Amino acid sequence: MTQLPFDALIAILIVPLVAAVILAALPGYKSTARLNVLACFLTFIFAVSLAVERPLAGRLLFVDDLSIVFVILNALVGLTTSIFSASYIAHELDTGKLNSIYVRFYHATYQIMMFAMNLALISNNIGLMWVAVEMATLTTVLMVGIYRTPEALEAAWKYFILGSVGIALALFGTILFYVAAVPVVGQGLDAMTWTLLINRMSAVDPALLNIAFVFLMLGYGTKVGLVPVHAWLPDAHAEGPTPISAVLSGLLLNVALYAVLRFKLLMVANGEAIAPGPMMIAMGLTSLVFAAFMLYQRRDIKRLFAYSSIEHMGIITFAFGIGGPLANFAGLLHMTMHSLTKSAIFFAVGQIAQVKRTQKIDEIRGLTVSHPVLGWGLVLGVVAIAGLPPMGVFMSEFLVVTSTFVKTPWLALPLVFGLLLALGALLGKLGGMAFGKPSGGLGPVEASYFPMILHLSLVLMAGFYIPEPIVVWFQHVASLLG
Amino acid sequence: MINEALSYDVAHILAGGMLLVSFMLLYQDRMYGLLNIFALHAFVLSLSVAWEAYVNHSPHLYVTAVIALVLKAIIIPTALHRIVQRLGIHRTVETTVGIGATMLVGIGLVALSMALMLPVTDAADPLARQDLAFALSIILLGLLMMVTRRNAVGQVVGLMSIENGLILAAAGANGMPLVVEISVAFSVLVAFMVIGIFLFRIRERFDTVDVHVLDSFRGERR
Amino acid sequence: MMFDLFIQGIQMLVVLLLAPLLTGLVRRVKARLLRRRGPSIIQPYRDLFRLMRKEAVLADNASWLFRIAPYWIFATTWVAASLVPTFATGLIFSWAADLIVIVALLGSARFFLALAGLDIGTSFGGLGSSREVMIASLAEPALIMVVFTVAMIAGSTQLSTVSTFMLSPEVGLRVSLGLALVALIIVAVAENSRLPVDNPSTHLEVTMIHEAMILEYSGRHLAVIEIASSLNLLLYVSLISSIFFPWGLADANAAPIDLLTGLVFYVFKLVLSGCLLATFETSIAKMRVFRVPQFIGTALMMALLAALLMFVTRSL
Repeated sequence: MTQLPFDALIAILIVPLVAAVILAALPGYKSTARLNVLACFLTFIFAVSLAVERPLAGRLLFVDDLSIVFVILNALVGLTTSIFSASYIAHELDTGKLNSIYVRFYHATYQIMMFAMNLALISNNIGLMWVAVEMATLTTVLMVGIYRTPEALEAAWKYFILGSVGIALALFGTILFYVAAVPVVGQGLDAMTWTLLINRMSAVDPALLNIAFVFLMLGYGTKVGLVPVHAWLPDAHAEGPTPISAVLSGLLLNVALYAVLRFKLLMVANGEAIAPGPMMIAMGLTSLVFAAFMLYQRRDIKRLFAYSSIEHMGIITFAFGIGGPLANFAGLLHMTMHSLTKSAIFFAVGQIAQVKRTQKIDEIRGLTVSHPVLGWGLVLGVVAIAGLPPMGVFMSEFLVVTSTFVKTPWLALPLVFGLLLALGALLGKLGGMAFGKPSGGLGPVEASYFPMILHLSLVLMAGFYIPEPIVVWFQHVASLLG
Repeated sequence: MINEALSYDVAHILAGGMLLVSFMLLYQDRMYGLLNIFALHAFVLSLSVAWEAYVNHSPHLYVTAVIALVLKAIIIPTALHRIVQRLGIHRTVETTVGIGATMLVGIGLVALSMALMLPVTDAADPLARQDLAFALSIILLGLLMMVTRRNAVGQVVGLMSIENGLILAAAGANGMPLVVEISVAFSVLVAFMVIGIFLFRIRERFDTVDVHVLDSFRGERR
Repeated sequence: MMFDLFIQGIQMLVVLLLAPLLTGLVRRVKARLLRRRGPSIIQPYRDLFRLMRKEAVLADNASWLFRIAPYWIFATTWVAASLVPTFATGLIFSWAADLIVIVALLGSARFFLALAGLDIGTSFGGLGSSREVMIASLAEPALIMVVFTVAMIAGSTQLSTVSTFMLSPEVGLRVSLGLALVALIIVAVAENSRLPVDNPSTHLEVTMIHEAMILEYSGRHLAVIEIASSLNLLLYVSLISSIFFPWGLADANAAPIDLLTGLVFYVFKLVLSGCLLATFETSIAKMRVFRVPQFIGTALMMALLAALLMFVTRSL
């Protein structure tokens, strides 16, 4: 029973919506940026309160341990990104890449996107979840194309087309799920309510579920960025504004993965349907190895880290596919670490791009000399994302490899191969960028360092010590995942 | 009053008609023809959904039928007509593969979706079964259309025909609540808004909507 | 037994006598639609008599094939036309009236016609033959698929069984039948060398398909070929009406008055089809030859779709 005078579930939805309306109406950059940060901060507070006092499950909305992990992570990264974007966008205004109307549009759409993502994470109805994911995708499409350069348009168009196809396949899978559930649960809203379905899944016809899951995997997998439906991801990351790249990598991919996990839970509850594991393992491993290979040829810094996102989502999907308490724990931990690290990296990359006025890796040299905080931040971030100790990502990757050895030893071979490949590529590119004689612009950095430093310190701390309550909580969720 | 066999037959005719119109969409090579056939596609969809509403006594499906009719059969094709006229877009729609090969692949896809959906939906009632099988065929044909067209308008029409197939599937699944119908209508609205913005911007930048021209800006080559 | 044979004989005679009438009717209606007076309806009979009296001129290098072909074509087409139920089903030879047999008979007729066009070695003959075979390569599979669909619906390829099934109430409204009908009409247009595939009254050899193959024929050979092509048209019209519009067909064992009624219905269907064909031909233009495969490809595709959709019916 909730003791708070409001329902936190509704609050994390209302706050972004109201903020979006206000932000669309207000002119002036400074006030909208501050309001954006304030709205994200309020959402974060409400999200944390969900962990403390959990409201009862409703027909349309509910939270359980799994959603709370995602919701809090979502709110945190949304908050820090809004802080980063507040200072970043000022520079874009100055250089004329955006005008003030577009800045208003950007902030309003940012809040709508937060609303949509929160709705997807707390929805109890598989149809509503689909609507929310689609809304989030469409808002990010609009934001990717916001610079209106030819490259941005091409990226946004590709993202729109591929995203829409993915969404269509996911909807078909959802409809098939409903059709499969109707004979067991009855028609109407009940057959789409997750909490009702999870108890009755064993009576559902497995053949239809198999086909439904394939469509869902392909559809939502497009959003997660799994190979072979990943083609939109590098362009969207590279051509959109940097805060959007951070949001895409750190948040949207997670939300899509959450949708996949919810359906995985339903499939596992029905004993006879095909195990969703092997499909997730296959797609995850392919993504890992493919992305690791692709890292070598990249010449644009944002594109490099976009492929790194594909690689890591592959690892996470692979971990959840392996299943079992250890692998699920590793997957959850890796997902958290990846969100924090990747957004930190994109914060750094955004500032680098602003200062050096280029995104080409060859033209960025000697960062640690010209901009020490930025340079060493990037070094730390890349070391983390490559999976080296003592950062938290090393811990989660290690756990993934261990659990693979325990369950299916031969799979560990391609896994480790992929990890090492990626490591080599990233460190190779890093060396040139961070060290050596500085080149390019030497002006001061205008954006705030705070988000990047916060994320990186969290990841560093996780490498040494994770607080006991969090460990227990993750373990509990891992056991739920089956 | 209407016996079951007749209700099934009429639904079969309407869904089969939609499939046939999807094939017609595949072989269009002129822009206006494409838009007109798409309007026909949406019209047959609204008839099909309305019949479904009548047979299953689900009045909310009438709303979906009206939305499909007004929005997708009338407003969107007219608006796209105007956009094509105003932007002076090149009037022929090139295809990447020849029409004959496209048709054969289309038939193959229809056979595939029948083979996939029919055995699996044994438990469901015949109307839902056939709606799902036809819907999957229409979705796959829409995908084929998107893959074989080089023109942005053609790709968007393919996307919207996929959405039509989804509406057919949702209507066929009995009792699917209003949530999904609103969402489908809403996705149409937003998609159209996005299409409008993009078509204007693409034309502005490139003087054409041939997406192969966009390829030279593919970042990978940089 | 004798009576049954007599009825079958009546059918054979009826088709033979009515075929030129149908051709004449089509020509007359076309002319009327173009505001011309047009030739009289019995003009084809006069043409046939005139040709029979003329001398048949053969090229020096014409082989036995050239002389045999007209008779073969006439024989196979007449047999096929006699087998298709026109005014009655269940005639004495109806056990042989299988759709596959009809298709095979027509195929052999076409084969010999194409060879005859090649026989003399003129370029126009080769042109006609190659175009004819190109059309056949698409129309034949379409026809087979239509037969397949109809057989799946009716449960047999025997034409009498098919017609009787189509008359019964079990058939219901079916998409597959509609698609099969459209496909069969397209195939019929192609096989009878009608617009938009081929203009039967053209004088330009380069645009001909059917006419080009028979350019070298004269006299009695030409007369036989002319009546064979009239029979071909009648055959397709009878086929379409017996499968898709079988109302008025009597049973062979019924009273003579029913047979007579069947005959009246049949003549009415012929007249209607003739007028419809004439209207159709007047309202469209001839297609360029390289677009004809697309046109017939449509028929093939529709026939394939009809067969596929059979699997989504309520009875399977």
